[in-house]
Amino acid sequence: MSNEFSDVPDHTRRIILKGAAGLAAFGFTAGALTSAHATADAKAWPADAFKQKSEADALKALYGKSAEASDKVNLDAPEIAENGAVVPIAVATTMPGVTGIAIMVLENPYTLAAAYKIPEGTEASVACRLKMAKTSKVVAIVEAGGKLFSATKEVKVTVGGCGG
Amino acid sequence: MASTIRVRAIASGDTTQVQSLINHPMDSGFVKDSKGQIIPPHHIEVVEFEHAGKVVFTCLWGPAVSKDPYVKFSFKGGKKGDDIKVSWVDNKGQSDSTVAKIQ
Repeated sequence: MSNEFSDVPDHTRRIILKGAAGLAAFGFTAGALTSAHATADAKAWPADAFKQKSEADALKALYGKSAEASDKVNLDAPEIAENGAVVPIAVATTMPGVTGIAIMVLENPYTLAAAYKIPEGTEASVACRLKMAKTSKVVAIVEAGGKLFSATKEVKVTVGGCGG
Repeated sequence: MASTIRVRAIASGDTTQVQSLINHPMDSGFVKDSKGQIIPPHHIEVVEFEHAGKVVFTCLWGPAVSKDPYVKFSFKGGKKGDDIKVSWVDNKGQSDSTVAKIQ
């Protein structure tokens, strides 16, 4: 158990242990302690990419390159979304070697909405629900074999989901 | 405390489909409350799905993901009765995790 964290610096280890203790205090069993190394880690979040306001900047911050359009990227989004607060979006592709999927809403305050990491053995298909401030192009990005491919679809929004 | 995570994983053949719903306000930081005060951003940043000691799916979410977020994906290798572990952490450092059995 103790050598589980031997490859991380001491202060990181302390943070991890502290987090685990916090979890336990919230009523989790001791089992949470043994698997604490595998819980979601906020450090993995690309804060910079989520602050960008254009497609090109967000792509650069997230993947460090630009994308080319491809008809193998399948973006499933409604033509008209009545409620911008909940817009169902699905992205799938038949390409091999997919390592990531990202979804961008170009007219939102921040372009990047969500990014997904696809390890080997997981299918290149994801469905989720996003907020859209107004009618906008939605761009699906697929990272496959070190390259980026995209598909774009315009979604009309009748009631925005980001305003007050 | 009830878990904030609802997860359903169904194995069919060699593929396991996972659907998950998490209770979370996902405040974007752009919405004002009834007094005109901006509600500060409060949203999930990372969600991890783990099966047999291996991370099978990672979500990186911004404030544009809807309230009480839903996500669906599939992976190969899971079988009935296996554990699938879900954990999330948000921008305020709150977190939760749960373990579900594949059906």
